[in-house]
Amino acid sequence: MKPAPFDYLRAESLEEALAALDQGGSEARILAGGQTLLPMLNMRLARPALLIDIMRIPALSAISLEQDAIVISAAVRQATVLARPTLGTEVPLLAAALPWVGHFQTRSRGTICGSVAHADPSAEIPLCLVALEGEIRLRSRRATRRVSAEQFFVGMMLTDKGDDELIEAVAFPKRRPGEGYAFAEVGRRHGDFAIVACAGVVDAKRMRLAVAGVAERPVARDFPLLDGTALDDALNAFAWDLQARDDIHATARYRRDLVRSLGRKVLEEAAACRA
Amino acid sequence: MLAQQGKWIGQSVERVEDAALLNGRGRFIDDLGAKPGTLHAAILRSPHAHADIVSIDTAAARASPGVAAVITAAELADITAPLVAGVRAPIETRPIAVERVRYVGEPVAVVVAADRYLAEDALDFIEVSYKPRPTVIDPLAALAADAPVLHEGLGSNLVSERHFTYGDPERAFASAPHRVSVSVRYPRNTGSPMETYGVIAEYDPHEGAYDILANFQGPFSIHAVMARALKVSGNKLRLRLPPNSGGSFGVKQGVAPYAVLIAAAARIVGRPVKWIEDRLEHLSASVSATSRVTTLSAAVENDGRIVALDWDQIEDCGAYLRAPEPATLYRMHGNLNGAYDIRHIRVRNRVVLTNKIPSGLVRGFGGPQVYYALERLMQRIAVTLKLDPLDVIRRNLIPAGAFPYRTASGALYDSGDYARAVALAVEKGGLDDLRRRRDEARAAGRLYGIGYAAVVEPSVSNMGYITTVLTAEERRRAGPKNGAQATATITLDPLGSVTVKVASAPQGQGHRTVLAQVVADVFGLSKDEIQVSTELDTAKDAWSIASGNYSSRFAPAVAGAAHLAAVKLRSKLARIAAAQLNVRAEDLVFAGGKIFSRTNPDAALPFARVAATSHWAPATVPDDAKDALSETLFWTPPELTAPTDADAINSSLCHGFIFDFCGVEVDRVTGKVRIDRYVTMHDCGRVLHPGMVEGQIRGGFAQALGAALYEELAYREDGAFLAGTFADYLLPTATEVPDITILHMESPSPFTPLGAKGVGEGNCMSTPVCIANAVADALGAEAIDLPLTPAKLAALVHGEEPTPPRDMFKPRVSKPGERRIIGAGETRVRAAPELVWKMLLDTDVLASVIPGAHGVKKLSETRFLADVTLGVGPVKGRYKAEIALSDLDAPKAARLSGSISGALGNGEGSGVVHLAPDAQGGTVISYTYEGAVGGKVAAIGDRLLDGAAKVVIGQFFAALARQIGAEEHRPGLMARLLARLLALFGVRR
Amino acid sequence: MPRLNAGTRHVVRFTLNGRPAAFEVEPRMLLTDALRHLLGATGTHVGCEHGVCGCCTVLIDGMPARACLTLAVQAEGCEIRTIEGLAPSPARLSILQAAFRRHHALQCGFCTAGILMSLEAFLATRPDPSAEELREVLSGHLCRCTGYAPMIAAALEAAAKLREDAVHV
Repeated sequence: MKPAPFDYLRAESLEEALAALDQGGSEARILAGGQTLLPMLNMRLARPALLIDIMRIPALSAISLEQDAIVISAAVRQATVLARPTLGTEVPLLAAALPWVGHFQTRSRGTICGSVAHADPSAEIPLCLVALEGEIRLRSRRATRRVSAEQFFVGMMLTDKGDDELIEAVAFPKRRPGEGYAFAEVGRRHGDFAIVACAGVVDAKRMRLAVAGVAERPVARDFPLLDGTALDDALNAFAWDLQARDDIHATARYRRDLVRSLGRKVLEEAAACRA
Repeated sequence: MLAQQGKWIGQSVERVEDAALLNGRGRFIDDLGAKPGTLHAAILRSPHAHADIVSIDTAAARASPGVAAVITAAELADITAPLVAGVRAPIETRPIAVERVRYVGEPVAVVVAADRYLAEDALDFIEVSYKPRPTVIDPLAALAADAPVLHEGLGSNLVSERHFTYGDPERAFASAPHRVSVSVRYPRNTGSPMETYGVIAEYDPHEGAYDILANFQGPFSIHAVMARALKVSGNKLRLRLPPNSGGSFGVKQGVAPYAVLIAAAARIVGRPVKWIEDRLEHLSASVSATSRVTTLSAAVENDGRIVALDWDQIEDCGAYLRAPEPATLYRMHGNLNGAYDIRHIRVRNRVVLTNKIPSGLVRGFGGPQVYYALERLMQRIAVTLKLDPLDVIRRNLIPAGAFPYRTASGALYDSGDYARAVALAVEKGGLDDLRRRRDEARAAGRLYGIGYAAVVEPSVSNMGYITTVLTAEERRRAGPKNGAQATATITLDPLGSVTVKVASAPQGQGHRTVLAQVVADVFGLSKDEIQVSTELDTAKDAWSIASGNYSSRFAPAVAGAAHLAAVKLRSKLARIAAAQLNVRAEDLVFAGGKIFSRTNPDAALPFARVAATSHWAPATVPDDAKDALSETLFWTPPELTAPTDADAINSSLCHGFIFDFCGVEVDRVTGKVRIDRYVTMHDCGRVLHPGMVEGQIRGGFAQALGAALYEELAYREDGAFLAGTFADYLLPTATEVPDITILHMESPSPFTPLGAKGVGEGNCMSTPVCIANAVADALGAEAIDLPLTPAKLAALVHGEEPTPPRDMFKPRVSKPGERRIIGAGETRVRAAPELVWKMLLDTDVLASVIPGAHGVKKLSETRFLADVTLGVGPVKGRYKAEIALSDLDAPKAARLSGSISGALGNGEGSGVVHLAPDAQGGTVISYTYEGAVGGKVAAIGDRLLDGAAKVVIGQFFAALARQIGAEEHRPGLMARLLARLLALFGVRR
Repeated sequence: MPRLNAGTRHVVRFTLNGRPAAFEVEPRMLLTDALRHLLGATGTHVGCEHGVCGCCTVLIDGMPARACLTLAVQAEGCEIRTIEGLAPSPARLSILQAAFRRHHALQCGFCTAGILMSLEAFLATRPDPSAEELREVLSGHLCRCTGYAPMIAAALEAAAKLREDAVHV
């Protein structure tokens, strides 16, 4: 289990990284925290010709506050965000979900943007981004652009990011008055990939449920304020719509069951904690 | 013979092993320096569960940088012989596949190169052409008349079938008022030590001898198997063990075939070769416990008393029978009555082969399989007869006065008081309180259950038990096999200090500490003064066929042998001291580093001075103590005799007792099991080191919890292996393992020198079924098989599923275990069906729409080969693809089928494409597909496979649609011609 | 910085357990292999090479990291701590190490190095942890021998002792 050969570039500036990415095309990969890429390299599932290490680019290590969002740059590690004392008031959903991301020992290396770039269908960070209607800020040598989370995640480990683009930052909308948030996850063990993870966002007019681990990407759906059997029916339709699959850890039926039950739980919790 | 109560035995002293380990100074196999010039091996493994090897092309791999050799079965044919198994059968087991692979992960070729990175690089260049065969995974299916046969010489997949009758089960079943049965399937799981296998081997052509360093754990009966496989006599195979081994749990017995493989490779390249197994290799191709299908019936009286048992066991040993298999099936043969007084037993044992990893030693070794059936049966008897399960257990226990107790099938249970152990556990473990908790939980509508398990834990295996698989006649021809030779050597050096050497092959159990305690007590020294070495070297140390670390034999057998060796040496030292002090040897006391007279303490000598005498001044030593320099003692218990002609076998020397109970709650929503309380009562005879005994119990419990709830070496029906990483094969972590209550009582064994019995495996036998019984109680479930996954339990709790909304498209649901990738899609183009049809049949067009195709070779009008690069996200691999068109129904439908193979695995699938005209003169192309993927990607990415396949297949059809709709984007002459043609039909993107 | 070519070796400088260290590696070499086979720091063990088992956990700039998921070239300029640097002197165990020995919190010792490094990092930021928090930190490691309970007891005891010592100093 040793990686195939590749070149390595420790980029010192964004320009240097983007130029290398532009040149390397699909054969180049960004190396950030490496917690997902390195296993793939070790197993030789991925064989890039060039790794571009962006962790020492000063411009990519910022967490900045904008009017409505907290913007997390590409080299910011998950542990840094989780340790932010104000995270719970700024983005309560992310604060609730981050402890479910890997372990103490991987959050200390893994980045927020790396998880977004990898687009694992079970991952918590993309789920939060979709639930909160956040955005991904992409930059290539030629241009920058912003993509909404819902458009960004295209499929299984597939995103809207071009080969010459890197995720410069992701923006999580800040807590909005009158909105409540809740997160719940079921995995086999603590720290495992989610079998089903649900994020709920509820305000005075709508309930929004996002689900990871079931479809090929995190999927969100908006409902009017429902309860009782109307909510059950809506969740049931959503559960079937996600086209769950069997795998070694759980059956499709089990996943649908959890979408119905956990989905209801997070929506009720989110409604109950509306600020 | 019982030892005097000493100063050190029975104390939880700090371990002598720990300081080095805590400082990173352990010496595990990969920590030891290898000789300059040592080469490194990497192994190419089969992605197929069952296939013929049509050809292996190693030319490109041999030309890869740093490569010394690429070795396949052909190169090994002359210098190796088959690995002999525990039963003679026309099956050839070799360390590498010969002409055919029979499980995913089976070695196919070995690259030997300058380092591991370069060796793995070269693996990618080996081209193997396989012709897949039908597979069989299910042990019952393997017995079917039309099942694919793994080994033609055998004629079927049944390796062995034996029937046994003890007492008169026929009559007992006829006369008992009730017959209660269970059918259970014990799954495949493994010990999964944190350190993987490692081998460093060298061949000396001048002496014709091998030197192998491996983290092997025994039994050393396998040394004989290895020597034969390498075609050398036993004394030409020097097997050495590293000072530390990172856990084994039985599993490192399975390094043996790899030791043979790497040693033979070293001979071929003429240099030392090192191989450290990686985790993917370990999970797919090291060793698994046997899976077993058991039907067990009991003839039962109205009060729950069991009169007779009827066992039908089908043992699944995987693709090959590897020594010492089928030992797993016979290890418990003397214990088929468990802890119960049952005089009539019928047994039918069958051993079958399937396309799975070969089985071998895993902690518990046959115990988990037997007790899962037996203790589930106890619970079912209680439910069926409406009795308290604990009462059913109590009524059947062997009475305290019956020891030593000879079981119906021949075991001699050494000691115990089972009823008292149960009573103590019930009282001290708080069963009443647990029952209250259950009642409260149930009153609140929660799913709460209590489970019990009573288990006899055998230890110190009789080397003869495995021959029970043979008939009495076959045994007579083969010669008797029995015993359990343990050995210890104690040496005295010229400064009079004491060194102990044993062949116990520890993997972290603290043997060095306990032996220092045992020997220090005999000599009246401090434990810190005793140096203990466990680095076995078969060329220099005393060992026997029974040496090694298995069947929990250390405390009862090895520590006992060390004690006896020390006592023997002490009596010689006493004679030397007696001569010097002019007192009677019988009056001497060894204590405090001195030897002195009981009657006259002033007559004293330092221990070291007496111990050194035979070095410095042998002439002064009495004749009968002249050899007081070193004492090597072999000990085998007389109780371990060969099977009788009536197949009675005392399969183990010691029999500990365990009684467990637990309370669990099953979450109604998630189906997850929460262990509320777990109580485990042990009687393992005399306890030598309480801390280590507790460690064995806690570790065994954690492993058993894994077997109960999390772990399975899962295979798909078609033989694909699905648990290739630690994200798929789930070991319990600190957040999963609850704290447990451990209770003890001591019934010393009259058969072992120190009164100790084994304790290492018991919870692997008792815990899985105890938890299963509790879950069955919570859910009112009759049949439940391990592992008790949330999805499995939720299915029992959740009832019927709400149907999808009426207007919703419901996808086809695959059958359980089927796991085929299925999907469908639709696209529209403006070309008419006739044109689309023409293009579909144009292999050039088809070639151009295969994602990442390069180097297309046309075989016929409807078949072609291509090299393709397929990928999802960062995951990318090169494959060889073979694509064919069939079922042509112009211009409406066609079937596209294909297979791919590459370093990341293999796949096959087919899709049906339908063309229908739409209202605008265009075509609706709709397609359905199904397929399956195996090899590495299935083993490490099952969770992601469906989605990934969907992406790749989606890419294909999207490209097809795009091709038809957008020819102008394709470069090249063909494209331009087509584009012009298409333009005539008004096709555009 | 210049691009480091595959197939050639490049000098990487860093500090290892407080002392300057260097190795010469290809870009693809894993930190585990470089530490173990180039520097002889074999206390960092390799258990899975896909970041799950935790045997290879080291501290990089004070934070835990899987050395198997770290390239050796990424160590450039970093401060790396491994198990070999934990004891105050060869003859004396650290408080945490001694607690592990006292509680029989190790058996084969293969996973121990990584676990000690994780706890070292965690206790530095959280001197008064609950058993629950420790359980969660340990859940990033696999141990097949002990059942974990003795490790939690050892870590709780070590934390208490470290707090005591901090008061007295």
